Amino acid sequence: MKHYITVILLVALLTVLVGTGLSNMTLMPQLASIQGTFIDQLFHKHIWAISFLFSLIVGFMLYSIVVFRRREDDEYGDHFEGNTPLEIVWTILPLATVLYFAYLGAIALAETRRADPNAYNVTAVGQQWSWRFDYTDYGFSSDELRLPANRQTLILTKSLDVIHSFWIPEFRVKQDALPGEGMERELRLTPTKTGTFKVRCAELCGTRHAYMLADVIVMEPDAFDQWVQEKLQGPGGSAEERGAEWYQQFGCVACHTTDGSPLVGPSWKGLYGEEVTLADGSVVVADEAYLRESILDPQAKIVQGFENVVMPPIGQSMTPEQIDDVIAFIKSLGTGE
Amino acid sequence: MSETKRVNIFSLSLVRGIVFQVIGMLVGMGVVTLVRLLMGLPAWKAEPAWVFGAILSVLFFLIGAGVFSDWYKMAFGEPVSDHHDPDPSLPTWARYLNISYDHKVIGIQYGVTSILVVGIAGTFAMIFRTELAQAGLQFVDLDFFNTLIGLHGIVMIAGILLGVGAMSNYLVPLLIGASDMAFPRLNAFAYWINVPAALLVVSSLFLGGFDTGWTGYPPLSARAPLGMQMFFWGVYFIGFSSILGSLNIIVTTIRLRAPGMNYWRMPIFVWAAVATALIGLTATQLIGLSFQMVSFQRLFGMGFFDPDKGGNVILFQHLFWFYSHPAVYVFILPGLGIISELLPVFARKPLFGYKWIAMSSLGIALVGFFVWAHHMFTSGMEEYLRVPFMYSTMLVAVPTGVKFFSWVGTMWRGRMSFETPMLFTLGAISIFLLGGLSGPPNATVATDLYLHDTYWIVGHFHATMFGGFVFPFVAAIYYWFPKITGKMYSEKLGKLHFWLMLLAFYVQSLGQMRAGLLGMRRRIADYDPALGVQPTHLWITIAGFTIFIAMVIFVFNLVQSIRKGEPAQANPWGSRSPEFQLPSPIPAHNYADHPFVVVGEPYDYGLEDAPYLTFETGQTAAAD
Repeated sequence: MKHYITVILLVALLTVLVGTGLSNMTLMPQLASIQGTFIDQLFHKHIWAISFLFSLIVGFMLYSIVVFRRREDDEYGDHFEGNTPLEIVWTILPLATVLYFAYLGAIALAETRRADPNAYNVTAVGQQWSWRFDYTDYGFSSDELRLPANRQTLILTKSLDVIHSFWIPEFRVKQDALPGEGMERELRLTPTKTGTFKVRCAELCGTRHAYMLADVIVMEPDAFDQWVQEKLQGPGGSAEERGAEWYQQFGCVACHTTDGSPLVGPSWKGLYGEEVTLADGSVVVADEAYLRESILDPQAKIVQGFENVVMPPIGQSMTPEQIDDVIAFIKSLGTGE
Repeated sequence: MSETKRVNIFSLSLVRGIVFQVIGMLVGMGVVTLVRLLMGLPAWKAEPAWVFGAILSVLFFLIGAGVFSDWYKMAFGEPVSDHHDPDPSLPTWARYLNISYDHKVIGIQYGVTSILVVGIAGTFAMIFRTELAQAGLQFVDLDFFNTLIGLHGIVMIAGILLGVGAMSNYLVPLLIGASDMAFPRLNAFAYWINVPAALLVVSSLFLGGFDTGWTGYPPLSARAPLGMQMFFWGVYFIGFSSILGSLNIIVTTIRLRAPGMNYWRMPIFVWAAVATALIGLTATQLIGLSFQMVSFQRLFGMGFFDPDKGGNVILFQHLFWFYSHPAVYVFILPGLGIISELLPVFARKPLFGYKWIAMSSLGIALVGFFVWAHHMFTSGMEEYLRVPFMYSTMLVAVPTGVKFFSWVGTMWRGRMSFETPMLFTLGAISIFLLGGLSGPPNATVATDLYLHDTYWIVGHFHATMFGGFVFPFVAAIYYWFPKITGKMYSEKLGKLHFWLMLLAFYVQSLGQMRAGLLGMRRRIADYDPALGVQPTHLWITIAGFTIFIAMVIFVFNLVQSIRKGEPAQANPWGSRSPEFQLPSPIPAHNYADHPFVVVGEPYDYGLEDAPYLTFETGQTAAAD
């Protein structure tokens, strides 16, 4: 009996130490969405269950190691082979516990998916290795995700090439972005804090996966509305300036530099008018027609040295005017001899 | 040493196999090229040539090594030798590089290959851990990093499967009182096919690598470099080893138990090995299928996973995880069996709840088949699958809990001593506990929406693998080392190994979990220092290198002890198990000259007049 009292006290002490220790640590980044609150609450319950069970087993183990160690060579332990009622108890109790946690998990999942009929819509389009956000209610796109605080946004994720995953750690929830028709998936976000965060691609998507990030800016509703108005007017200025904007927005920047250094794709510096050697050995001049074709149908003519890279058919998401702007932007980066 | 017979290296199966593998590769490439010429196509196309070459290379290896020789003779009614080794006059070391049908030799072959392969995979980890010690890119480029993490994963898995094979093949016949496995030639086949297959997997490193991680999800894997194909086909052939090895274990256990050994009197490890084999026999096909489908999509344009051709990317994940989740139980069940096997010996008392532990192994194996989609909670699979798979996943905790509680019951009021095998057993329990308890937050969908694909998962997974495989495997090696070699290992180095590895592992695993909670994603070469994970990463790297060093000490200890160790007693741990009643090293045909009858319970330590076995010394083996 003495053994049991001591070990139970030990387990209780360990549980309190481990549990309060973990509860008081900053384990996750600051929480910034309604959906995340349910996740954090559930995780907090997990922390206490983990603390108790860890302490239970480790407490008994440590006690046994110290108290029930062998003192002389030929000693044997007490002879008992098992205890069926006890086995039944420690089958039923954990069963009830895990079912309860699964129940809590289902409730919390439902909370993260609770729909606000006034939610507005953004499609998050992943491509190697950038994000684009189509504000489908307004008809414009952006390379950064701006959201009004305290209002729900229904994010539809999709991909133009391989699988990506949309994740903002401060918002907690995560959803893969899949390629293919009808493969859009839903994610609901209600930001609670203004500030700047990042979308971080959470599914390995090839070479530059580590750098597949996009800014998330949560704004006060007024400031957000103002931004929407600005976006609706479209980027002003010359064709080159608009082209530079599309270069960012449609993710060209992820693979093509403007300073001459090759990245995943050929650099745009001095590209216009240059003679380009293709994978099959033929040589073409990078004129307007060639650039337009490469934007609309990237696999038609592949530049030598880039055979292993598959560019998504990004041009199909662009208007003809936007493509003209991008070509003007490429022209502005200098021409070949 | 001086009397050692000179060995012609081309008489060694390993050498002949590798030579034949190269020839097979060239033949395969030649055939593809010829067919293309006949079809009027440009002669050389790298991918089909390499793939067909790879497939033929494995077949040629097996022919060259002589794996089929006996079957060939049998087919024509020619006599085959009863001896385990084709050439018994070879020196001992050469026997291990040759075909042998002795399950003990095959067990050692598995074990040594496992340690070697785990060492290669560990080296990959050291390279990318060095890169991750600080933010930014310092040592490797992005594509090489991606290849390394994928290779670390898959080569480790191959190493673990080999380690599982080592334990099952060496131990099961010895523990049940059999003279060998039911199908000794199939046993050799199941081992040897690993060698050319592992070479294919590693060759991917030199064929452009692959940037998908070990999971090989399409569409990324459908457009990855040629190395992807070598990865697919290497894993495909390793799968044969699991399937056939499992078949052998099940038949051996059913058919070859000693007289009197009913199922409830088998040493508990055998239950774990059988539960493992049931998974290996029935699930492995699915990973082969999933990889074959991507390979065919690449080769022949069959658009299984290509949305433009009516395919769906999610299908792959279902097929892949249908094996790859149960596979983790293949990795851990034998290890948990080792824990249950060793605890009573060192606690000097019966295993608490033998039948419950035995059934919990089968329970884990069974439930393991109904949980695969918990890897896909954020994947965009049909949403209605998430809640049922959450409930089924949580059920795994129940049989696993039974094991933990029963182990505690075994230690309670025991008389424990702490030699190296026992230290590793206790270490295994505490680490597996950490791995197990970090599981439920991943199983409840809501919290998994945060945790999925973060370093938390990396921490959880490594804790289950170290607690469920690495520590018990090491414990098993130390425990049976005196029986295998007749020599004693160095206890001092063993304890050094233990403490280095235990503490370093805790730092590594808790560090990984912490980094993941702070927002660190898996599988990234460079991370954002703004997350505050940089110091944690430095700790993880230091701990990783410490584990590597500890394993080097381990291998050094084994090698030194084989050469210079003290002779060991036949039964240094006072075990009741049958193999410890044999002289060391164990005779070629195990119990052929030492038949026994099982008359009692395996773990009745400390009970008067309760023997487990009686030997009929002097008699020849009597079949049951």
